[in-house]
Amino acid sequence: MNVKLRVWRQKNSETEGSFENYEARDLNPNMSFLEMLDVVNEDLTNDGSEPIAFAHDCREGICGTCSCMIDGKPHGPETGVATCQTYMRSFKDGDTITVEPFKANAFPIVKDLVTDRKAFDKIQRSGGFVSVRTGAAPDANAIPIGKDIADLAMDAAACIGCGACVAACKNSSAMLFVSAKAGQLNLLPQGQPEKDTRVLNMVATMDEAGFGNCTNQYECSAACPKLISEEFISKLNRDYMSASVKKLFKAKAL
Amino acid sequence: MKVIHVLFRSSIGKKFTMAVSGFILFGFVIGHLSGNLQIFAHPDKINAYAHFIESLGPALWGIRLFLLTTLVVHVWVAAQLTIENKRARQKNYDKQVTLRATLASRYMRVSGVIVLAFIIYHLLHFTVRVTHGTEAYPTTILADGTKVRDVHSMIVLGFKSPYIAIFYLLSVGLLSWHLAHGLVSMFQSVGLRTRAWSHVLERITVVLSVSYFLGNALIVVAAMSGKVRIQNPSVVGFTCRDTCEICGLRNAEAIVENADAVEDNQS
Repeated sequence: MNVKLRVWRQKNSETEGSFENYEARDLNPNMSFLEMLDVVNEDLTNDGSEPIAFAHDCREGICGTCSCMIDGKPHGPETGVATCQTYMRSFKDGDTITVEPFKANAFPIVKDLVTDRKAFDKIQRSGGFVSVRTGAAPDANAIPIGKDIADLAMDAAACIGCGACVAACKNSSAMLFVSAKAGQLNLLPQGQPEKDTRVLNMVATMDEAGFGNCTNQYECSAACPKLISEEFISKLNRDYMSASVKKLFKAKAL
Repeated sequence: MKVIHVLFRSSIGKKFTMAVSGFILFGFVIGHLSGNLQIFAHPDKINAYAHFIESLGPALWGIRLFLLTTLVVHVWVAAQLTIENKRARQKNYDKQVTLRATLASRYMRVSGVIVLAFIIYHLLHFTVRVTHGTEAYPTTILADGTKVRDVHSMIVLGFKSPYIAIFYLLSVGLLSWHLAHGLVSMFQSVGLRTRAWSHVLERITVVLSVSYFLGNALIVVAAMSGKVRIQNPSVVGFTCRDTCEICGLRNAEAIVENADAVEDNQS
């Protein structure tokens, strides 16, 4: 199959970018979107031009490195997959595909389709640690956790931190990411001691990073390659307000 | 100061403030509609109700101040959030598809701004009473003889102009639409929208916003179609017989008295 590509090319964060048109010929429909870009890059390199820079790593949907706004949706037209697991069979022969980087002020463009998502790392770091004892391996299931809670925490923990939520949100809000990262720990007994400080710090870091605010449209959840539910945002809101109230009335240490 | 910081500086706090102020305003519009629906009863009913509210004096001003502050906070924080949201993505995509955002949620700003313009007009129309001439703001006499503002006739007269009636219909329509997203959204913002009842909440929201619109539209349509008529003889457009069963004997006398008073004034 053949497709036409409209790709965002930008030298670095200082320069202005623009769209360039490319043609990808003789593709196997079972190629992933990234493999298709590899083929295009091969041709570009052979022609002596600059290949398209795009972020990728594991190519099996678990690392969260690949990004790309493909035809107006983060990670392409399919639901619940990352760009690396979007296959060319999802497009029609002769389609023109628009490929843009994730755009948000908190995610500056590094080059072409690569964005700098270290704001997420900052948020994650500000969440701090979990008080678990190191040393000898604890007995399995020493801490009883209900199956429903364990499942819910696992749903949140599925977040790969790709930034599709920010890319899809018209306000570039990082609420789904923060709610998943805070929620996975806040749900479990191991995460309780630092729950309030974790929520307050992560939200403060998120606000500082220049992400927008949540408008409760849940585009994030629909674009998420792991389909993380917006219910975690509701939980984050609840946890944040309760942590704030507790902080206001907390007795100070003598 | 910490409270101010949480409610007006943090992103989640601002959304909380939007939700709580929105909830208060929602409570007000429901109360307002319930009061207005008294127009379908005897004119004395709504006139006495309006008189009671007006006679609250300082308490009324307290309530007005509270509601006005709530409205200002709701609009102010909305403006602040909008500016921040625009700033968070200065260069937009060339192409972006909408995945699941509802139409109501995407036009909250448009519906909000038109409703705000409507609120200002509405206050000038019925509270400050300056949009129309004095003949649009008549008085009447209740059964116990107190002279009160004839709110019943004011409403009917207000909707005589089709432009104003359509503006009212459009505005309450947009407000209902605003509520269709706002009601479910406020529960999300305070963290009370959970898997257990989010579907029920969405249904309740639709029912409430549709009934709110129908309730308001009923009043406008009833006034325009002549179903609710002016029952004050001193008002131009009075169409009642003085032996009308609804008004009864008491009003027949009052009508004559009132008519005499009007004649005295003119002579």
